[in-house]
Amino acid sequence: MHTVVAIKQVPDTSNVRINPDTGTLIREGAPVIINPYDVHALEMAVRLKERFGGKVTVLTMGPPKAAEALVECIEQGADRGILITDRKFAAADTLATSYVIAHAIEAIQAEEPVDLLLFGKQAIDGDTAQVGPGVASRLDVPLISYAIQIEAFDPAARRAIVHRRIEQGIEVLETSLPALLTVEKEIAAIRRAPLPNLIRAAGYQPEVWSADAPNPFDPASIGIKGSPTIVGKAFTPPPKEAGELVHVADVGLAAAVSTALAKIAAAGVVATLPAGAKGGSP
Amino acid sequence: MTAQPTQQTRRIWVFIEQEDGAPHPVSWELLGAARRLAAELDAEHAVVEGVLLGHQVAPIAQEAFRYGASRVYLIDDPVLALYRNLPYAAGVSRLVQSYQPEIFLVGATTLGRDLASAIATRVQTGLTADCTELTIDPKQQILAATRPTFGGNLMATILCRQRRPQMATVRPRVLPMPQPLAEAAGELIREPLDMAEEEVPVRRLRLIPSQQQLNLEYADVIVAGGRGLGGPDGLPLLEELAQALGGVLGVSRPLVDAGWVSAEHQVGQTGKTVRPKLYIAAGISGAVQHRVGMSGADFILAINSDPQAPIFQVADLGIVGDLYQVAPELIRQVRALQGGDDHVR
Ligand SMILES: Cc1cc2nc3c(=O)[nH]c(=O)nc-3n(C[C@H](O)[C@H](O)[C@H](O)COP(=O)(O)OP(=O)(O)OC[C@H]3O[C@@H](n4cnc5c(N)ncnc54)[C@H](O)[C@@H]3O)c2cc1C
Ligand SMILES: Nc1ncnc2c1ncn2[C@@H]1O[C@H](COP(=O)(O)O)[C@@H](O)[C@H]1O
Repeated sequence: MHTVVAIKQVPDTSNVRINPDTGTLIREGAPVIINPYDVHALEMAVRLKERFGGKVTVLTMGPPKAAEALVECIEQGADRGILITDRKFAAADTLATSYVIAHAIEAIQAEEPVDLLLFGKQAIDGDTAQVGPGVASRLDVPLISYAIQIEAFDPAARRAIVHRRIEQGIEVLETSLPALLTVEKEIAAIRRAPLPNLIRAAGYQPEVWSADAPNPFDPASIGIKGSPTIVGKAFTPPPKEAGELVHVADVGLAAAVSTALAKIAAAGVVATLPAGAKGGSP
Repeated sequence: MTAQPTQQTRRIWVFIEQEDGAPHPVSWELLGAARRLAAELDAEHAVVEGVLLGHQVAPIAQEAFRYGASRVYLIDDPVLALYRNLPYAAGVSRLVQSYQPEIFLVGATTLGRDLASAIATRVQTGLTADCTELTIDPKQQILAATRPTFGGNLMATILCRQRRPQMATVRPRVLPMPQPLAEAAGELIREPLDMAEEEVPVRRLRLIPSQQQLNLEYADVIVAGGRGLGGPDGLPLLEELAQALGGVLGVSRPLVDAGWVSAEHQVGQTGKTVRPKLYIAAGISGAVQHRVGMSGADFILAINSDPQAPIFQVADLGIVGDLYQVAPELIRQVRALQGGDDHVR
């Protein structure tokens, strides 16, 4: 049983600061984390390993600093970490990113067969949710996005039953293996890393893959060349003009509320409030 | 079924999403945007066309014509009865390769996001997700797709210069719903799927339907509560106000995280984008991740005890006060207005 998990190191978007003059992200000192959904993907992989034996490989494409994220994954129970890093990969959009990850997975698969691919449902820096489906298409494996539960898993029969959240409810799907799942946080709850993992991680050095070695990537499919989309411009959203404020402390409760209702009625937005009403007077 | 694009025809495509034969309204919102883009791009040669997949769904094409499609490409096949990534992606990608649209818009729904990325990868083109604004760049004559990034802290306008189609997804309710024409005709082009059920590696065993059909996205009135409620016990109060106004309950994310209410009620970047006629935000500070989900409302009333709360910057009217005083008074006055009893006149 061999699972490959794709993780991304992202700025903690609850803490990002934007330079108001340039409209760009202030990267210095910005805390980075493993994309929250990816942590749950890894946890799912570790649980499957505990049940069926085998191994968990984690890979990430990113700057050299992303090696830290892989070490954290070893703490959480991964066996092998691969950092794909090279200046030539810079400025990749989702098409180029999915190429690099798919090509890397093919190389891993050539060494030892892969039964399952786990991705986060989306990365919180861009929220695109495109890389997982893109990789599934490239590798021509079944895709199950927004997975919330693995109901049954049978590596020998090469079948799995997976729940995914869709707009109408929860869809229960049966798929052949290998398959690619993009996961929600419910897929598996995070546990505290056990001590032996921490010890192993302390001395762990992830493997580093470049654009040329050990597996050459197609130069036309990576980085800027491989990315059909470019950022034309970036800007901070313009503030809207603030509306009127009424203070309960100044005008009293009933008057504040009747002013509001009169304005709403005047705007004619709610059929259940008769237009022209002056607000319910006290 | 042969493609005969005249040299000048510039196709703007919209994926007409349907499930169980019911079209998703985001399809009409996208057709509205596509018509505007066609006019901006090249009023003479640009055409708006729909792409429809499913089983026995031809009647939906008629609706697409009324919302502005001049043509609908239909793949109708039992294999497509339920959405699955592989047959849908394969079918649509083949249409793209035959007819070479210039722009292709897909709804950023659960289904649409799953599908759009697979298509973009198969046809090797660029895809911009969750756009909030679509225009034609007047100089380069290409699609300028604007989207929030870094948790809504920054907006980016994305271009796809060389490859075609230029693909974009837009969430439901981000774009206005256009008025349908009373009557309209268009051309229906049927295409085969050429895929047998045995070739599809995924099978639906069952569907566990969600208990309530909330449909927050299309509600006309939303009364939303935030951490200012202080605890789950305040929710019935807001539900009562929502009911009085014929609306539904929305919430900010911390309430979902705390388990007070299910995720279907969440408004914002990681929840739903809503566009009600009236949005009442009670005890919500107005973080950017919340605002991106609700600032398209026609009228926003904010209730917050802190006069500095950022929610007041997007509100049409703000009441500075304690929601536990203001909401009951709102309920009372709304009921009085509707009841039309004596002391109101
Ligand atoms: C990647 C990311 C995605 C996110 N996505 C979303 C999302 O989709 N939706 C979302 O909502 N948030 C989202 N958030 C969280 C967001 O950043 C805010 O933390 C959240 O919206 C704050 O919720 P709140 O306004 O209810 O709480 P708070 O910020 O704590 O505000 C509570 C407000 O209540 C007021 N108040 C307190 N008591 C009273 C009272 N008695 N009467 C009146 N007012 C009172 C206070 O003055 C305060 O303004 C996201 C964050 C991140 C990092
Ligand atoms: N650079 C990357 N390296 C490894 N995995 C990635 C990378 N970018 C995205 N992913 C994976 O794809 C998922 C979706 O990312 P996105 O499409 O960017 O929202 C993430 O949760 C990761 O599992």
